[in-house]
Amino acid sequence: MSNSVLPTTAVEISRAVRAGELSARDVLEVHLSAIDAREGEINAFNLVLADEARAAADAVDRVVAGGGDPGLLAGVPLAVKDNLCTRGIPTTCSSRILEGWRPPYDATVVSRVAAAGAISVGKTNLDEFAMGSSTENSAFGPTRNPRDTSRVPGGSSGGSAAAVAAGFAPISLGSDTGGSIRQPAALCGVVGVKPTYGLVSRYGLIAFASSLDQVGPFSTTVADSALLLEAIAGHDPLDSTSIPDAETGAARSLLSVLDDGVAGLRVGLVTELMGEGIAPDVAARVRQAAEALAAAGAEVGEVSIPALSYGLSAYYLIAPAEASSNLARYDGVRYGMRVDADTTAAMNTATRTAGFGPEVKRRIMLGTYALSAGYYDAYYGKALRVRTLICRDFAAAYQNFDVLLTPTSPTTAFRFGEKTADPLSMYLNDICTIPTNLAGHPAMSLPFGAGADGMPVGVQLMAPALGEATMFRAAAVLEAAAPDLSEALQ
Amino acid sequence: MSERLSRDDVSKVALLARLELTDAELDTYTDQLAAIIDHAADVAALDLADVPPTAHPLPIENVLRPDVVAPSLDRDEVLSQAPSVEDRRFRVPAILGEEP
Repeated sequence: MSNSVLPTTAVEISRAVRAGELSARDVLEVHLSAIDAREGEINAFNLVLADEARAAADAVDRVVAGGGDPGLLAGVPLAVKDNLCTRGIPTTCSSRILEGWRPPYDATVVSRVAAAGAISVGKTNLDEFAMGSSTENSAFGPTRNPRDTSRVPGGSSGGSAAAVAAGFAPISLGSDTGGSIRQPAALCGVVGVKPTYGLVSRYGLIAFASSLDQVGPFSTTVADSALLLEAIAGHDPLDSTSIPDAETGAARSLLSVLDDGVAGLRVGLVTELMGEGIAPDVAARVRQAAEALAAAGAEVGEVSIPALSYGLSAYYLIAPAEASSNLARYDGVRYGMRVDADTTAAMNTATRTAGFGPEVKRRIMLGTYALSAGYYDAYYGKALRVRTLICRDFAAAYQNFDVLLTPTSPTTAFRFGEKTADPLSMYLNDICTIPTNLAGHPAMSLPFGAGADGMPVGVQLMAPALGEATMFRAAAVLEAAAPDLSEALQ
Repeated sequence: MSERLSRDDVSKVALLARLELTDAELDTYTDQLAAIIDHAADVAALDLADVPPTAHPLPIENVLRPDVVAPSLDRDEVLSQAPSVEDRRFRVPAILGEEP
């Protein structure tokens, strides 16, 4: 290895590896050492793939040595949320019911990052089946926040957020159904993006709530998320809900717009998400972010989106309803765990009872109830109509604003056990992130200084469908203006 | 919808979802699910007869592809992950409780 300091971002690493200035293997060994040093304390991974990663890194180095180009993510170590299928490699969703299962295919995003030269270093921990906001619901133990190990990393993609925050990999993949990328990004002080629904393939993402789920990137810089999103975005014939490429060109050209600035951009501060329920230090940082955008030439104003107040209720009917249907496939017949019994029906029940954890059971029952005869119209049917109201109110807001600014999470990272006894208090964590999933819009969280407790505060940018480029322009400006994470809010 | 979610409701829902609950679990889940459903009362109380439902964020019609034969998953690889297999098929216990 050369004496120069190793680059830490994916953009720098891939450039240096593609230019032959740096070997993928050297980059990998530095990250594997970081994992060795701290993974015991953090528990970001369900599985570390050191041998496979070394083989992949050596293959990238051989391509470069042979005069070839390994791709956009050449030699960049990457962590993969353990609800993304990896062929022949255990994929658990942090659930007992899938323990030991080796998928017979790769998720499309997994194939795409590999084809772009990224080096997968492991499968990251999550709340079981991506249901949770703290990673405390994992069957394999919680992940700890690298910035304060007495606190949660957020969830459900807590392992992917912690892996990036701890320097185990510069980038990672997560999934976001109601905030599961953005909220842990906020709590761990990293960047996390939920793309427009349909921009990134869901093929091989183990389904939680299919009309809401979307795969997206984590990184330490805005540019690295832009790079990873460019690598994974694009139409996939294996996902019938993926948007044709002809419609998504601008949303897939992100690195090229990062220096465009925000002069004249109309930024709306959402009043419903700045008052009650939002910690004062978090709200103060969001106002500071609004001032930074104004100072950079944006026109900042306040906007009311009244239907957002119904977002949480609608989400916690729709997502469990879809989950109760999606998780019906875990029946002990074709894959995963089986608890034997005399009849198939008894085997199904015994398997599911032993295999699912408490939060998954809670959501399956909630969804089954919301869909059951006599309650369908009152709950699920009503929630779908509220979803229309939210889409309409967003459309009205985007008549006057290009991007919207809110907190990502109502508070900074909380402590273990603080919210586990009361599911509703845990669900309230998602109040700022849920609306964009219901609308299918893109949103991202990026760190903007620390709160009163010294923990990172995440600010959220939202944009209309396929408005990723505008959102990233604003994010780049905020990143440049962000207060240092080491300085607590006074 | 005025009546609160009951223990019997949860018991019925667990049966539908193929989950078995202990008495203690039934008590806990009844309290927790009732609190969540109570929170959703704001949505349930809205008069939205004139608002159409949105089940999906994209205006997708039927998505079709050319009817061309292509390789599917490797059968042996798929079956290697099943809890029980016989004659290259998934094996299950008796259905409807008949003698095996």
